[in-house]
Amino acid sequence: MKSSVIVFPGSNCDRDIAVALEKMQFKNQMVWHKDTSLPKTDLIVIPGGFSYGDYLRSGAIAGKSLIIDEVIKAADEGCLVLGICNGFQILTETGLLKGTLLRNKNLKFINKDVHIKVINNQTNFSKKYKKDQILKINIAHNEGNFFTDKTHLEELTKEGLIAFKYCDEKGNVSEESNPNGSLENIAGIYNSKRNILGMMPHPERMVDELTSNKDGVNLFSSLLN
Amino acid sequence: MKITNQIIEKHGLKLEEFKIIKKLIKREPNLLELGVFSAMWNEHCSYKSSRIHLKKLPTKGKQVIQGPGENAGVIDIGDDDAIIFKIESHNHPSFIEPYQGAATGVGGILRDVFTMGARPIALLNSIHFGSPKHPKTKSLLNGVVSGIGGYGNCIGIPTVAGETKFNETYNENILVNAMAVGHAKKDKIFYSKAKGINKSVVYVGSKTGRDGIHGASMASAEFDENSEEKKPTVQVGDPFTEKLLLEACLELMKDNSIISIQDMGAAGLTSSSVEMASKGDLGIELDLEKVPCREENMTPYEMMLSESQERMLIILEDHKEKNAKKIFDKWDLDFVIIGKTTNTNNLTLKFKNKIVGEIPIEALASKAPIYDRKWSKRKPQKNEINLKKLKKIKIEDALIKILSSPNHSNKSWITDQFDQNVMCDTVQKSGSDAAIVRIHNKDKAIAVSVDSSANYCKSHPILGGKQIVCENWRNLIAVGAKPLAITNCLNFGNPENNEIMGEFAECLEGIKQACEFLNYPVVSGNVSFYNGTNKKNIYPTPVIGGVGLIKKLSKPLNHEFKKENSTLVLIGKTFGHLEQSCFLRENYSIIDGLPPEVNLLNEKNNGENLLNLIEKNYILSSHDVSSGGLITALSEMSIGSNYGVKIQKPKNLTNLMKYFFGEDQARYIIEIDTKNLPKVEKILKDNDVYYENIGFTQKDHFEIEGELKISTKDLFKINNAWYNSY
Repeated sequence: MKSSVIVFPGSNCDRDIAVALEKMQFKNQMVWHKDTSLPKTDLIVIPGGFSYGDYLRSGAIAGKSLIIDEVIKAADEGCLVLGICNGFQILTETGLLKGTLLRNKNLKFINKDVHIKVINNQTNFSKKYKKDQILKINIAHNEGNFFTDKTHLEELTKEGLIAFKYCDEKGNVSEESNPNGSLENIAGIYNSKRNILGMMPHPERMVDELTSNKDGVNLFSSLLN
Repeated sequence: MKITNQIIEKHGLKLEEFKIIKKLIKREPNLLELGVFSAMWNEHCSYKSSRIHLKKLPTKGKQVIQGPGENAGVIDIGDDDAIIFKIESHNHPSFIEPYQGAATGVGGILRDVFTMGARPIALLNSIHFGSPKHPKTKSLLNGVVSGIGGYGNCIGIPTVAGETKFNETYNENILVNAMAVGHAKKDKIFYSKAKGINKSVVYVGSKTGRDGIHGASMASAEFDENSEEKKPTVQVGDPFTEKLLLEACLELMKDNSIISIQDMGAAGLTSSSVEMASKGDLGIELDLEKVPCREENMTPYEMMLSESQERMLIILEDHKEKNAKKIFDKWDLDFVIIGKTTNTNNLTLKFKNKIVGEIPIEALASKAPIYDRKWSKRKPQKNEINLKKLKKIKIEDALIKILSSPNHSNKSWITDQFDQNVMCDTVQKSGSDAAIVRIHNKDKAIAVSVDSSANYCKSHPILGGKQIVCENWRNLIAVGAKPLAITNCLNFGNPENNEIMGEFAECLEGIKQACEFLNYPVVSGNVSFYNGTNKKNIYPTPVIGGVGLIKKLSKPLNHEFKKENSTLVLIGKTFGHLEQSCFLRENYSIIDGLPPEVNLLNEKNNGENLLNLIEKNYILSSHDVSSGGLITALSEMSIGSNYGVKIQKPKNLTNLMKYFFGEDQARYIIEIDTKNLPKVEKILKDNDVYYENIGFTQKDHFEIEGELKISTKDLFKINNAWYNSY
C-alpha cells in the first residue's frame, strides 16, 4: 500500500508519521507543499505540527497551498485521507471535513496521554478495532476543541461519522474525561463517504512499546487491508 | 558626533574601558564603532569577570570531542554518534517580557546546537521564580511557561525535563535557563572558525529589525525601577522561521559547502562576524547595505547591534553559493552574500560605498579586558539546629507540608503545556530523576537532567557547587545512565561586589572538585551576572545540565514502584543532616547552618555500584534521595504507582525527624525483587557500599511502622493540589 505524507513549512510530525507508516509496511513518500501533482497513492496523510506557524489561524494558510488542490481532487475520487492534529485543522479549513477546531477550553496547550473510545469500527481506518474499544493515546494541541453546527452534529451522530470520543480509562464519556472542551467529546470525525478521517490525537505516537504503547497500530493495519 | 561620557556610560562601558579602546585603535571611535565595542566587551559576550575562574574547570576527557569555546559542547556516545548540548540563560529579558523572553531563550539555545550540525532532540529548562505570594510571580510563571512551550511545541522538539523553583531571592529577578541537546554524526560537526580569504560571507534566516538592540548590554547590568522601560530591547521569537532555518541548515550541511557557521545570538551580526574572524585569525568585510532589513532606513549602527532572532552567518566554500541559495529559496528564507573574508585582520563595515567603521578584530576579541576581580571568602555559619527547642510536629504533618509545598508539588500543570512526545523518541518524560531520549533508529539512549541548589550554594558556595554536580550525576545514574559530561549556567549577582565574586569563585571551585573526581567534564556553559535589582543580589544559582548514556536500552528505569512485596534498600549512609533542609524551611521557616557534607569517594562508589546493579537487571525502580530526605523520596516513588510502603523504624539513629528528613548525600532508594536480595547484598558488601534494608512495598498504603499510615491516593492528592489552586 502506498502512502504520501504532505510536508508544509512548519509541519513537525511528518517524520514521526513516516516512521510509523514504514514500520507498518507502507511504501511511503514525502510530498512537498509546493508540488503541483501527487504521486500515485492509496493514502494521503496530512501530519501534525504548526504549518505556517499557525499564523492567521491554525491550518488556514496550508488549506490554500498548491498541493491542497490535488489532495481535494484525490479525496473526491475516493483516495483515503488521514489528517492528524494540525492535519485535522487543515482538513476543516479546506472544507473536506466540516466543523472547526477552537482553542482548548483551558486556553493552554495540552500534551498528555488521554483515553478515546472507538465509536465506529466499520471503516477503512478502524475495522481492526473492536467497537467501543478504549485506546490510550497522546494529544498535543492548542486548538483541539471540536465545534460544529447542529445539523452537522446530527448528521455525524446519525450516519456514524464520529470516529472517536474522549473518555476515561473505563470508557465513560463525560465532561471530566473531555480534555479540551470538544463538542460531545468528539476526538475524530469522518466525511460522509468515510474516506477522510480527521483526528486530534496522535496514532503515530502509539506504535512503539518502548516510547508509549501500541494502541495506534490497528489504525494503520486497518488501512492495509 | 562627539562621544561624550554620557554616551559611553549609556553603552554600558566604563570610562577606563573607553580609554583602552582609544589606545587600541589609536583614535577616537565613531558611534558605530563604539556600539560594536560595547556589544563585544560587555560581560555577557566577553566573560571578562568570569574567564579567569572558568579556566580552572575540567573540560577534557576521552568522551569530549569539543569543550567550551564553540557554540556548544560535543561529546562522543559511541559508534558514529555525537551529542551536542548547551545551556543558556535568558533571565533579564524574561523578567521584562516573560513570554518572548523565555521563547527566544529556547530559540537561541536551539540555534547554538543546530549551528554545529546537530538535529535537536531534547529541550530542558530550569526556571526560578520569587515567592508565590509575590504579586508578579503568577504572571511571570504563566508567561515563561507559555513562552517555553510556545517555542518548543511549534518547532517540534520535545521539552523533556526541567525544574521549577520558588524562592524570595528571585522576587525581582527571575531565572530562565534553557538547555538544548542535539544529535549529530561525529564526522559532520560544524565549527565557527573561518578559513581562507575572499570567501563569501552569507546572511541567512529572518530579516533584521530594530528589536533587541543592546540586548547583551542589558543582560550585563542590574535592574532598577526603570527596568520595565527596557521592553523594546527584548527580542521577539518566531519559532516557525526557526523551524525553516533548522531544516534549511541541516539540508545544506549534508554536503561540504560550509567552511564555518555561527548563529547570530547576543550582539547579533557583530559578535557572529567577529567570532568567526577571530577564531580564523582573519579579517571580515561586511557591506551593510545588503543586510536584509525588516524596517526602513535602518542605520549601520542598528544593523550591527540588532538582536533579531532566527538569523545565521555562514562562510561558504567557493562556487557553492548557487546550490546553497537554492536550498534557502526552497524554505522561503533570505540568503544574501553580505561580505567576504579578508587578510586585513580588521572588521570592516561598509555602507553606501563608504567605509563607516574599521576595527582590528583582536581589539574586539582577544584584547578585550579581562578582570581579576576582588573576591572574598564566605565564612560559613556553622549554626547547628537544636531540634529540642523547636515546636514538636508529627512526621505525617511535616511530610504533608513538604509534598504540598510549591517547590515539591507535582508539576504536571507545567509539563502538560510542553509537547514532550513529538519526534517519538521520548522514552521517559519529566517527573523522574532524569528524562530518557532514544537516539533515532538506534537502541541506545541518552539521559538528561538539570539541577540546582541555591540555598546550599548561598550557605556554603564550595559545598553547594560540589553538591549540585553530584546530585545531577546521581539523577542520571538513577535511571541507569553512565554520566558523561555537563553544561553549566552560572547565575550570579553583581561581580563588582567582592562577596558575590567570592560566591562565584567558590561555587566554581566546588563544581571543579566534583567534576574532576567524577570524570564529569564541563563542555559548554554560560555565565549570567548582574542578577539582582537595586543592589539586592540573587542567591548564587549555578545550574548543572548533565548528559549520560544508556548503551543498550531495554526497559527504561524510573522511580515508580513496580509491585508489592519488593524489598527496599537505602544505599548510602544516613547521618540526619537537617541544616538547610527542606524540612526546616517548610515547617519552621528556618534557613540556617551548613548544607550536608559531600563525600566524593562515597558518591562515586555508590553511584558506580548502583549502575552495575542496574545493568545486571536487579533494580525494579530507583530514586535519588535529595531535598526532603528519605521519606519525601519514598513518597515520590509511591505517588504515581499504585503501591505504598511499609518501612521499619531505624535501628541506629534515634531521632526520627533526622532520619526521615535529613538530606545526607550520595543516597538512593532501590526496589528489588526480594529473591534477588542476597545477590544484591553481596555486590554491595564486596564493594564497601553502605546500605540498609528499610522495608517493603505494599498495596495502597504508605506506612511507617507505629508512626503513620496514609493511603497512596491521598498522597497523590496532596502532591497535586497546589498548582491547580494557584
